[in-house]
Amino acid sequence: MSMTATAGRAHADPHHIGVVVEHPGPASKRIVTAYGFWVFLLSDIVMFSCFFAAYAVLHGQTAGGPSGAEIFEQRNVAIETVCLLLSSFTCGMASIAADVRNRFWFYLGMTVTCVLGLIFLAIEFREFADLIARGYGPTRSAFLSSFFSLVGCHGLHVSAGVLWLLTMMAQVFAKGFRADVLRRMMCFALFWHALDIIWVGVFSVVYLLGSAA
Amino acid sequence: MLGKLDWSAIPFDQPIPLAAGGVVLVAILAVLIWVVVKGHLPYLWDEWITSVDHKRIGVMYILLASVMLLRGGSDAIMMRIQQAVAFQSQGYLPPEHYNQIFSAHGTIMIFFVAMPFVIGLMNLIVPLQLGVRDVAFPTLNSVGFWLTATGALLVNVSLVVGEFARTGWLAFPPLSGLSYSPGVGVDYYAWSLQISGVGTLVAGINLVTTVLKLRTRGMNYLRMPMFCWTTLASNLLIVAAFPILTATLAMLLLDRYLGFHFFTNEAGGNVMMFMNLIWAWGHPEVYILVLPAFGIFSEVVSTFSGKALFGYRSMVLATMAICVVSFMVWLHHFFTMGAGPNVNAIFGIASMIIAIPTGVKIYNWLFTMYGGRIRFATPMLWSVGFMVTFIIGGLTGVLVAVPPADFMLHNSMFLVAHFHNVIIGGVLFGAFAGFEYWFPKAFGFRLDERWGKAAFWFTFTGFWVTFMPLYIAGMLGMTRRLQHYDVAAWRPWMIVAVIGMAVLSIGVICQIMQLVVSIRNREALRDRTGDPWDGRSLEWATSSPPPVFNFAFHPDVRGEDAYWDMKVRAQQQSLEHEDPEYHDIEMPRNSPTGFVCAFFATIMGFALIWHIWWMVILGGLGAFATFVVFAWRDHDEYVIPAEEVARIDRVNLEERRSLVSMAGAI
Repeated sequence: MSMTATAGRAHADPHHIGVVVEHPGPASKRIVTAYGFWVFLLSDIVMFSCFFAAYAVLHGQTAGGPSGAEIFEQRNVAIETVCLLLSSFTCGMASIAADVRNRFWFYLGMTVTCVLGLIFLAIEFREFADLIARGYGPTRSAFLSSFFSLVGCHGLHVSAGVLWLLTMMAQVFAKGFRADVLRRMMCFALFWHALDIIWVGVFSVVYLLGSAA
Repeated sequence: MLGKLDWSAIPFDQPIPLAAGGVVLVAILAVLIWVVVKGHLPYLWDEWITSVDHKRIGVMYILLASVMLLRGGSDAIMMRIQQAVAFQSQGYLPPEHYNQIFSAHGTIMIFFVAMPFVIGLMNLIVPLQLGVRDVAFPTLNSVGFWLTATGALLVNVSLVVGEFARTGWLAFPPLSGLSYSPGVGVDYYAWSLQISGVGTLVAGINLVTTVLKLRTRGMNYLRMPMFCWTTLASNLLIVAAFPILTATLAMLLLDRYLGFHFFTNEAGGNVMMFMNLIWAWGHPEVYILVLPAFGIFSEVVSTFSGKALFGYRSMVLATMAICVVSFMVWLHHFFTMGAGPNVNAIFGIASMIIAIPTGVKIYNWLFTMYGGRIRFATPMLWSVGFMVTFIIGGLTGVLVAVPPADFMLHNSMFLVAHFHNVIIGGVLFGAFAGFEYWFPKAFGFRLDERWGKAAFWFTFTGFWVTFMPLYIAGMLGMTRRLQHYDVAAWRPWMIVAVIGMAVLSIGVICQIMQLVVSIRNREALRDRTGDPWDGRSLEWATSSPPPVFNFAFHPDVRGEDAYWDMKVRAQQQSLEHEDPEYHDIEMPRNSPTGFVCAFFATIMGFALIWHIWWMVILGGLGAFATFVVFAWRDHDEYVIPAEEVARIDRVNLEERRSLVSMAGAI
């Protein structure tokens, strides 16, 4: 880091900002990619916040249908949560394995992550199917519309994540731990952890607060 | 098999859209045939359609915006004529057609003219101003552009196949719900915005990352040109606001497609939630559009006054203040909703506060001009015209920010006049200023000044004659979106407005003539030095048009107005004459990913609108397959050898040396 003196170059510093630290130049590809993906994740979280807001506005609008306390099963939600949080751990293991270029642990970590994700999706799917079968589908009331949309939107993200996960495994299989594959793996890991954070929000706002009411 | 689609979708009984659609179709076919017969197809494919060069993508964005400006402008002319003739009569446009026209006009002008125009200019210029070789994600950039084009295409398809929304440009429920809008119009609206919205989000993420992470050596935040700052603010707003639009339209679509109850009148749905959500996007959106325009004016005013921008740091502060406060004023779009006096008061005050940073900017531009050696070239004319126009628009904005006044003026022609005053006077004038200013950089020759000045004066006069009468009509109680009316007092103002529209149209014709004349005289107008305006920022430090790699070396920035600084130093030291040592440059390879992706998105969007489910699945699989194929590529870069870089750079260096030595002699 070099300091710039302003003497003799008044024209270059017309506002007399004075001593400044020089910017070193463009960042590396790894940093640029991760940074851009972070920005995307923030925008994705903004989108979720709209569904959270809609749920907050509509959760009392049951229109004679069931309220949250009547339909939420905390045991299932607990299993879902454990699956997802564990999968974040195994995803972290896979990331470390990728960084040290250990194929066995990478495949193992990713496979376990995938299985846990699929268990989560299966439980959620069963919950949805069960509610619809009992006549409590999203068309029943505004509360159920917002519930299905918020939880379903998270579920869709997990599904997309599983698809991405399988693609990543196939890529590592075909291309090895190339620099661009590693960058993608980093983005995938960020995505998967972000879904966890959103699930914590869903779990608290929808299931915990909803069961109490 | 084809869902809701059958022959009744083609409006055989309505001659106007059918004829318009026919003409466009014939024109497109003629262009396609000409391209194929002349053998230009490989050139188009290699150099433009698959290009991931930010300059090419920027030009394509602006081209799309210009074409759609003509479409949106035709809608405007039809509406003005309708209101001029529909006094105590039905006019020439039936209500259902008139309603489609004002909805399409607003949608097109905001999403497919203003947005692509400013995003195009940002794409074209920002990497050059930052002194780097490309944006952060070149291929994604191409995907973003082509998805925007998909949205525009779907809106235009609705002209001939089916119908467009009759709900206004924001499609408020319950009118836009299934019970009141059973047709495909709202679906065209919503899906084209969803698809182009993804494109816009991608562009936003890309440009935020570019500004924050890709700057040349020494380009500290407080040395960035003002346009880069406003680009940063505008794209931060895109990243934070566009997901709200996506979520809101998704809820509307769930209501329409799957019988959900977000915004319905039954089962506990809440219509006013739509207003809150859509304006939580919609208000930042107007700043997404106008902030880049502010940046353009800053560059233009400083360059053509021959001075550094006055109050640079206060300008940065004002830009970021607008960026933040723009998220806290959305409720002023519906003071009449009945949120109560306290809520209205807070949002009214917030709306007035946002006028303060805007005022700071106006004073900064004025003080930049004060004491400068001003050249009134066309870009400068647009900038001065903007200041005059925008102040009036801003003042009427502060007026409607007062809730009691707003109760009188809500949804009146006064409001229509206000937002055209700021959007035309701010965004469009800014886009034109940027177009005139940076055209030589993009194409290597200047635009004809005489036609440019004529275009400015006709547009400027036409604008005032068209929109001032609308303020008065609004004061007289005329509400917006009237297909016909019986009040005699409004009539004269509608006739004045249509005359203004005619003058405005002459301005548009002048602009087209300017392009034609300039292309013809391009040899005489050639810009050999790369610095036709005596510019101050780095985009003028490379040749016009810039080589694909922009700069042979990453420029070393040592202060504000980096290129001005270099020119001054060069004069003092007389340019070093020894040849620099050139290196190989790696550039991203072209990729058809964006185009192919948009192709599948078009199929998917069209199928969703018409409920053709097998085609939806096909489109989705295609898009996923495209991404996988892209992810599987082995070579994503190619190398430009050092000799080639040297050859390209030396030509420009010679021209530049002669320029500097000439200036030194003076």
